[in-house]
Amino acid sequence: MSDAFADKTRSTNIRLAGFGGQGIVMAGYVLGHAGILDGGNALQTQSYGSESRGGACKSDVIISEGEILDLVPPGLDVLVAMSQPALDKYLPNLKEDGILVYDSDLVKPGDCTIRALGLPATDIAEKTFGREVVANVIMVGCMAGLTGVASRNSLRAAISESVPPKTVDMNLAAFEEGFNRGAKQGRNAREDKE
Amino acid sequence: MKADPAGVLTGAHYLDGDFACGEGAMAAGCRFTAGYPITPSTEVVERIARRFPTMGGLFIQMEDEMASMAAIVGASWTGTKTLTVTSGPGFSLMMENIGLAVMMETPCVVVNVQRGGPSTGLPTMTGQADMMQARWGSHGDYEIIALSPQSPQEAFDLMIDAFNLAELYRVPVLFMMDECVGHMTEKVVIPPAEEIEIVPRTLTSVPPGEYWPYHVNGKYVPEFARAGDGYRFHTTGLTHDERGYPDMSAECQEKCVHRLLEKIKNNADKIVRFDEEQTDGADVVVVSYGITARVARMGVDLARKKGLKVGIIRLIVVWPFPEKRIRELAGNIKAFVVPEINYGQMVLEVERCAAGQASAICVPHGGGGVHDPNDICEAIVRAAK
Repeated sequence: MSDAFADKTRSTNIRLAGFGGQGIVMAGYVLGHAGILDGGNALQTQSYGSESRGGACKSDVIISEGEILDLVPPGLDVLVAMSQPALDKYLPNLKEDGILVYDSDLVKPGDCTIRALGLPATDIAEKTFGREVVANVIMVGCMAGLTGVASRNSLRAAISESVPPKTVDMNLAAFEEGFNRGAKQGRNAREDKE
Repeated sequence: MKADPAGVLTGAHYLDGDFACGEGAMAAGCRFTAGYPITPSTEVVERIARRFPTMGGLFIQMEDEMASMAAIVGASWTGTKTLTVTSGPGFSLMMENIGLAVMMETPCVVVNVQRGGPSTGLPTMTGQADMMQARWGSHGDYEIIALSPQSPQEAFDLMIDAFNLAELYRVPVLFMMDECVGHMTEKVVIPPAEEIEIVPRTLTSVPPGEYWPYHVNGKYVPEFARAGDGYRFHTTGLTHDERGYPDMSAECQEKCVHRLLEKIKNNADKIVRFDEEQTDGADVVVVSYGITARVARMGVDLARKKGLKVGIIRLIVVWPFPEKRIRELAGNIKAFVVPEINYGQMVLEVERCAAGQASAICVPHGGGGVHDPNDICEAIVRAAK
């Protein structure tokens, strides 16, 4: 992946955004937890509506080796978009060398010049795992495979701790599915806009 | 004394501010919590309700916030450390019984995870607009203690201080979090129980029959007798004498209320707590608290890059307010800049203490988010002129 992500001394700003009910906050929590397990610092914040489902929802994660003071990321290194409104709203916050990862079932990125990778996470979740709700873990896996912001093992550990015990295996399988797809695209994400 | 290990989840965790606050309460020895869960504070009681059975604690979900506050006042008189947790609308409902706790000198802690208001406002989004309500929300004259954490780690650490202060001064202590800190997740390190210093309830040594509940013997804080230990005494929200009985006279009112004020005012130097940084030679000092303190630091960094001399005061204990220090600084600087997520509350205190020696500039924010650090930087630039 790009040098920016190899440099662990700077902080990486990641925003996950979509609708309430998609597990956006949980995905952010897992990512931040993995950042801690990797030995760094992580800060996760969130914004959601009063509705339990359907409203706009976002979760920001900052992963850094050093102390994290910033709460308001000046620019995003990674945007994970799981709804069209989320993409439209937050794409302008993505840095020029940032990366967009989106659910291609739900989001049409249009003619953006940003490096982008789409995968049909919701479709995979439904067809492969029979549960739409694991789309969030697929997206986290894909983003991590692509960027390397958090290690595979730490993410697996964080997921195992956070999901209901009976669903651990399914969530880990969904994560692997996303991770492998992301890792495969890691080298040529620039050209590859699915 | 040292903390009871049963309540201390020693280790490094990845916790949000609400969970960390709940862990702080349990580490501090809290064993009774009553609440009427409300966003964005719900996770505090969720955490406590889940963990209390492992340490002999009791959580009751009450019918409303008035009852929640009443329950923790009552439970505290058994000698148990007690807590209730709420947000804006519930905080308003608790005000009457917070006054009762003040008047009866009942140690307890009230957490307010602030959200946008007035009324139902912004249930899931942040605010800092209850700061003056914390100070003045209940009727009558009184002094109160309130703290404001800036991170999940501090939500844990300061909860222990909150419980200790409640015991030392026999006063309800208000824990003024905000949604942003409550719902922010970070690394939280919980030390071993033997490293956590706890102030236990100090029970009277006077035997039953000779005990007067509000006899202070020249001190500020009376000795405590637990319900159930054989002491027969009266306590009330009415103005009372040293025996705890109502006395409807101006003389008794003066004596009773004056001591409630003095016990905090005259110990303010011991209670007041703030971080201070680079105020020597500063032209501008930024005063902030809670989540805004972290955002303000970003604004200060921007201003320092422009070559400005900017100091920082971060309030940790917000009430009582650090009057003395603000007054001293006012004589040496041009202006205070006070960002807060309201339209100007603590800035009024800064202005009062500055007493015209330095100006006090508010950087308001209506709530629902945090400041743009550039706005704080701009205010500093204006103030430095």
